Amino acid sequence: MSSFDIEKIRADFPVLRQKVHGHPLVYFDNAATAQKPRIVLDAIQSFYVDYCANIHRGVHYLSEQATSLYESARGRIARFINASAPEEIIFVRGTTEGINLVASTFGRTRVGEGDEVVITEMEHHSNIVPWQMLCEEKGAKLRVVPMDDRGELRMEEYARLLNGRTKLVAVSHVSNALGTVNDLPQMIRHAHDRGIPVVVDGAQSVPHLKVDVRKLDADFYAFSGHKLYGPTGVGVLYGKRALLEAMPPYQGGGHMIHTVTFEKTTYGELPHKFEAGTAHIAGGIGLGAAVDYLEAQGLERLLAYEDELLAYAEKALAQVPGVRPVGTARHKASVVSFLVGDVHPHDVGTILDQEGIAIRVGHHCAQPVMEHYRVPATCRASLAFYNTREEVDALCRGLRKVKEVFG
Amino acid sequence: MSELRELYQQVILDHNKQPRNFRALEGATHSANGHNPLCGDRIKVYAKVGNGLVEEATFEGTGCAISKASASMMTGVVKGKSLEEVARIFDNFHRLVTGDPKANTESLGKLAVFSGVCEFPARVKCASLAWHTLQAALTRAGSTISTEGSGAEDTVG
Repeated sequence: MSSFDIEKIRADFPVLRQKVHGHPLVYFDNAATAQKPRIVLDAIQSFYVDYCANIHRGVHYLSEQATSLYESARGRIARFINASAPEEIIFVRGTTEGINLVASTFGRTRVGEGDEVVITEMEHHSNIVPWQMLCEEKGAKLRVVPMDDRGELRMEEYARLLNGRTKLVAVSHVSNALGTVNDLPQMIRHAHDRGIPVVVDGAQSVPHLKVDVRKLDADFYAFSGHKLYGPTGVGVLYGKRALLEAMPPYQGGGHMIHTVTFEKTTYGELPHKFEAGTAHIAGGIGLGAAVDYLEAQGLERLLAYEDELLAYAEKALAQVPGVRPVGTARHKASVVSFLVGDVHPHDVGTILDQEGIAIRVGHHCAQPVMEHYRVPATCRASLAFYNTREEVDALCRGLRKVKEVFG
Repeated sequence: MSELRELYQQVILDHNKQPRNFRALEGATHSANGHNPLCGDRIKVYAKVGNGLVEEATFEGTGCAISKASASMMTGVVKGKSLEEVARIFDNFHRLVTGDPKANTESLGKLAVFSGVCEFPARVKCASLAWHTLQAALTRAGSTISTEGSGAEDTVG
């Protein structure tokens, strides 16, 4: 893995220095939340220590400073995913809120009785339930693109599902349970050929792929800050300006208005129209710092390292007796999902934890995926660029220990 | 390894591999479903009650080694016990797995093998799922309980 100075990178993440149950922490739960580099922690602290003030309304020095840093973060995030303007970046709590925002504004005005919303079998619950709720409310139908046993979407079925009643497609770029990278360019092209807008769940893709929302031509693209090495409680909904402008507001309150009288309220401009109330200011600034970190390190370099590590991990795990991969898509990012013999993943998780190794065990908020493979749960190791081959080796040793305990 | 050995004692591993009373119960007078949505554990517990005694108890479902072994051993332990005794054993068992010093380990007999669970807070729900489900079955037939309910008396953990 050549010129990549992994120790230098790891030193930027304070949490990685600790020992857990007497072993160096091996953190393989990055798909749940990623660890934060020092620069992010400093940016958050600096907001509270140096210039804590509310934004967009003060005429005083601190407020101007806070506003300028918050808005500058928005601008850097817009460039990071290649949005055409900062106004297309709506700050939300996370991917879940981003999707809910689209469902309850754009979705509510677009989807009616007898219409159809297309999602896929591999969606996270947060890209299922909001659409289900919308369909129930409107008397619309939820249609599901099936996947094959490798964990790849069946594209011919997708093409068949799109029809004159389809009002919207919602799909994840990368599956959180399987790591599958979906062929989004093709899916979006198909949908657009029929004039159908596409909402993308980008929670797992923005941290692990170079995402260009304009090249993809995504209509909406939601992601979370905390999986992108930023703080929890902040995320982004990208939307094409024309769509955002035509949409009704999401929540009503302060900051999202232009003028308010008891007879009539006029709404603010983008992005403020969708950002009622005081924002998670430190969060937005912290997320801006996370983006700065990734760019300073060179995102492509980080991702190339991650891909090599994923290939190494898949190979190494395949050599551990009893380990069976779940999801073997040809194009994957970050995630290895697996089973260990007939040992329940929950037991695997406990044994690995005793070795200082953190993985996720469970259904990964993707119960239909578990249903597909007819398992109640899987073990999931999800990698980040600060992980090492030695950590993968430790995981494999830990899995051999599972065998020892369970005989 | 020592804490792990405490948790996964041979008896527990044995019951996990070959669970006892692992079947639906014909002629059951009581049953309930138990669900731990966090790890996907689902079990169904059956009981046949006559003359105020649990004459027989069985279970079905999927779960981790701790929840399966706990269900297996529970169905053996409660056989022939009165409903009050079952409630008392459960109370004591719950104290044991949560590390409550007031737990009376001696009176728990074989169930004392679950003492290691208290070192693993995330696993307390696994150990107690079957017991909560049995309680639900005995107190109101045919209900479903969840480890993630909100404030209900049968919420686990």
